Amino acid sequence: MSGLSAISIWIIPSFIFIILLIATWKKVPTYEAFTDGAKEGVNLSFSIIPYLVGMLVSIKVFRESGALDFFIDALRPLFALFYIPTEILPLALIRPLSGNGALGMTSDLIATYGPDSFIGRLASTMQGSTDTTFYVLTVYFGAVGIKKMGDALKVGLSADVIGIIASIIIVRLVFL
Amino acid sequence: MVNVIWVSLFFIGFIFAAINGNMEDVNEAIFSGAKEAVVICIGLISVLTFWLGMMKIAELAGILTKVGEWLHPLVSRLFPDIPRGHPAFGYIVSNMSANMFGLGNAATPMGIKAMKELKKLNHDKDEASRSMITLLAINTASLTIIPTTVIALRIEYNSIAPTEIVVTTILATTCSTIGAILIDRFFYYRRLKKGRDSY
Repeated sequence: MSGLSAISIWIIPSFIFIILLIATWKKVPTYEAFTDGAKEGVNLSFSIIPYLVGMLVSIKVFRESGALDFFIDALRPLFALFYIPTEILPLALIRPLSGNGALGMTSDLIATYGPDSFIGRLASTMQGSTDTTFYVLTVYFGAVGIKKMGDALKVGLSADVIGIIASIIIVRLVFL
Repeated sequence: MVNVIWVSLFFIGFIFAAINGNMEDVNEAIFSGAKEAVVICIGLISVLTFWLGMMKIAELAGILTKVGEWLHPLVSRLFPDIPRGHPAFGYIVSNMSANMFGLGNAATPMGIKAMKELKKLNHDKDEASRSMITLLAINTASLTIIPTTVIALRIEYNSIAPTEIVVTTILATTCSTIGAILIDRFFYYRRLKKGRDSY
């Protein structure tokens, strides 16, 4: 672990160091280039706000109304049929919708069942191996003003389903 | 599509709250959801500003083009529509590498920059191009080598082996990424078949 965390601590500072070193070598006006690019970042953050506010309100209403819990309960028998622990179901359903919600649920599962239990390992793997599709979609397309998303959502959600199924199978094979 | 999903999430929520009698929670969710979104965006300002500044330096120093060229054989297979030597390659490669190292906050600005380049390539249309959908698919599958957040979480709860999930995560994320790419291809060829594809 110490080796791994040491590496991750070094990645970003070293990356910046290398960029600045090469840029100075190539006589790029570094500070001016930085502020020039950074300005774009400020505008970008504000341009995302409308998209994210719209999406999060809808998702939160869906969650808080009890609709999400209803669908989780409805799907429980189906999950049990495939020997999938139903404790993991809320996480699987919330993962594509809300990043904060999923992280909260993962820590809750780890706290309840222990990090080294089957559920704990499965929750950890699931959390790490898929991303919040709705967030990625909203932010990436919102930032550049894409209105017609085409098949993007279908592809993203299918990838989530594959990630969740793969997590369950792999954690079973490796740890059981 | 987005309109339907967006409205359905709200409608279903509204109906459930009416039946369950917890409209109070929904009322609160509307405003806390909006607030949460703004908080996320404000948090993004520092990250986007810093990384886009750094990436501008990398771009002017020619680093992005170089990296794009090195990985061109691999990335051009995933994005056959992008012409050789296009700056989009550099951003896509940076976005993918940041994701792999679990640097989610560095991945987002680079992904957005890549999207911007792809939009230019698509004549500034407001519809998603083939390459955009592929980039999105790769990002939602989140190819990871070091799941930093999860490891930190496991340490917090006193795991005996906090990093033991690294292998399972890499395996699972590889499956979802390969799956995402295949599904992306499947939808692309289906669009072609239907003749709806205009790009």
